[in-house]
Amino acid sequence: MELKRVVVTGLGAVTPLGNSVPEFWDNLIKGVSGAAPITRFDTSLFKTKFACEVKGFDPSKYFDRKEVRKLDLYAQYAIAAAQEALANSGIDLDAIDKDEVGVIFAAGIGGIDTFEQEIGYYYQHLENGPKFNPFFIPKMISDIAAGQISIMYGFRGPNYSTASACASSTNALIDAFNYIRLGKANIILAGGAEAAITQGGVGGFNALTALSTRNDTPETASRPFSKSRDGFVMGEGSGCLILEDLDHAIARGANILCEVVGGGMSADAYHLTATHPDGLGAKLVMARALKDAGMKPEDIDYINVHGTSTPVGDISEPKAIIAVFGEHSYKLNISATKSMTGHLLGAAGAVEAIASVLSVVNDIVPPTINFTEGDEDSDIDFNLNFTFNQAQKRTVNAALSNTFGFGGHNASLIVKKYIA
Amino acid sequence: MSEVAAKVKAIIVDKLGVEEADVVATASFTNDLGADSLDTVELIMEFEKEFGISIPDEQAEKISTVGDAIAHIEAIQK
Repeated sequence: MELKRVVVTGLGAVTPLGNSVPEFWDNLIKGVSGAAPITRFDTSLFKTKFACEVKGFDPSKYFDRKEVRKLDLYAQYAIAAAQEALANSGIDLDAIDKDEVGVIFAAGIGGIDTFEQEIGYYYQHLENGPKFNPFFIPKMISDIAAGQISIMYGFRGPNYSTASACASSTNALIDAFNYIRLGKANIILAGGAEAAITQGGVGGFNALTALSTRNDTPETASRPFSKSRDGFVMGEGSGCLILEDLDHAIARGANILCEVVGGGMSADAYHLTATHPDGLGAKLVMARALKDAGMKPEDIDYINVHGTSTPVGDISEPKAIIAVFGEHSYKLNISATKSMTGHLLGAAGAVEAIASVLSVVNDIVPPTINFTEGDEDSDIDFNLNFTFNQAQKRTVNAALSNTFGFGGHNASLIVKKYIA
Repeated sequence: MSEVAAKVKAIIVDKLGVEEADVVATASFTNDLGADSLDTVELIMEFEKEFGISIPDEQAEKISTVGDAIAHIEAIQK
């Protein structure tokens, strides 16, 4: 059976750098930080008091008031990103077979705010007995964004969520890519969403000592690969990519942004939260993505790394890149866009895939911000080009996006310029 | 309009996203105000919270209109 070719025909994003793809990309290549003091709750007793929040998100732009209260914030972000991606794709909803459109939408956690509200209310009012809101469960569950998008548009193709922590939405993209390749759907809205900047989210990651505590200068806190890095910065939002069977895209005259050519998946089989020090799983996942794409290391011009700004993870990933890409490691560009967006957890893979697609479309590599001279980490090979502080223009024929999740899940996606 | 009636109507307007003018005593939550079964359960919960009362399930099942809700809550409060 011949596999179909799969292209990207639409993008949508809600991010700490802007609530649309053009705003996101503009700020990304300008090197803007999305970090600021947390506005959602009183952080005075929290070790970390800042995050990359989505700003100025107006739910009434996307759904009516009655719907909003049935949607956790994470699902609101998902639907907003899906709406933008669909509009961007130029798909005429009346002209396509909606039975052949799928939605694979990830969340690393899901409706944690809803969970906290409901459980909090329950324990504060134990004398009332179990008085839970009927929307508690359907708002909270991590598959509901995919469900809600299908209900909204009548898409009856494959529909579910993927969960692999911070790799979740890359797994969603790989699944979508595979199903379209296999002819199981014409179009799949693939991506992820997260809204975990809550007391439980921040407190929980603080307990893991995973978060930066650079409370005095939040905008400089996410500094992947710098010696002085002290943890990741939480982000939130959503990314949605329209993946489409090439023949279907051509037949409807779609604007093809790029082609999806490979996906890789692996596990570290090592530790709950730490990446393998030698990047065993990271090596495997990049090698598998290249093999799936039928590409050689030299074919990759840009790697959007997982690069979260944690002490351990930032050391093993460059090692794995050198192991897989050899001499070519020093010719390609590497950047950690989490230096600007923060870590969007289950939405990270989708938003970083969008950054990778746009770098291929525009021949610009977004930077890794917040590096200062003298802050080199001797455990990291600084002969690699981490694209520090300034975006770099270069031809980007193909880009690889890495995501690694707690539990040791690794997923990588390769996109390249579409050539007929 | 009694204080209970005013509060009940405000909750319905807020939760169901309907116009206040449509929230008349005879209006049925499901037939006239666009609520589904989950919305109705949520409304009952909101009434319980607002008025500090408990409405047993077998009674809640009988509340299907705005007027039913107001009468029921007023009866419990007496």
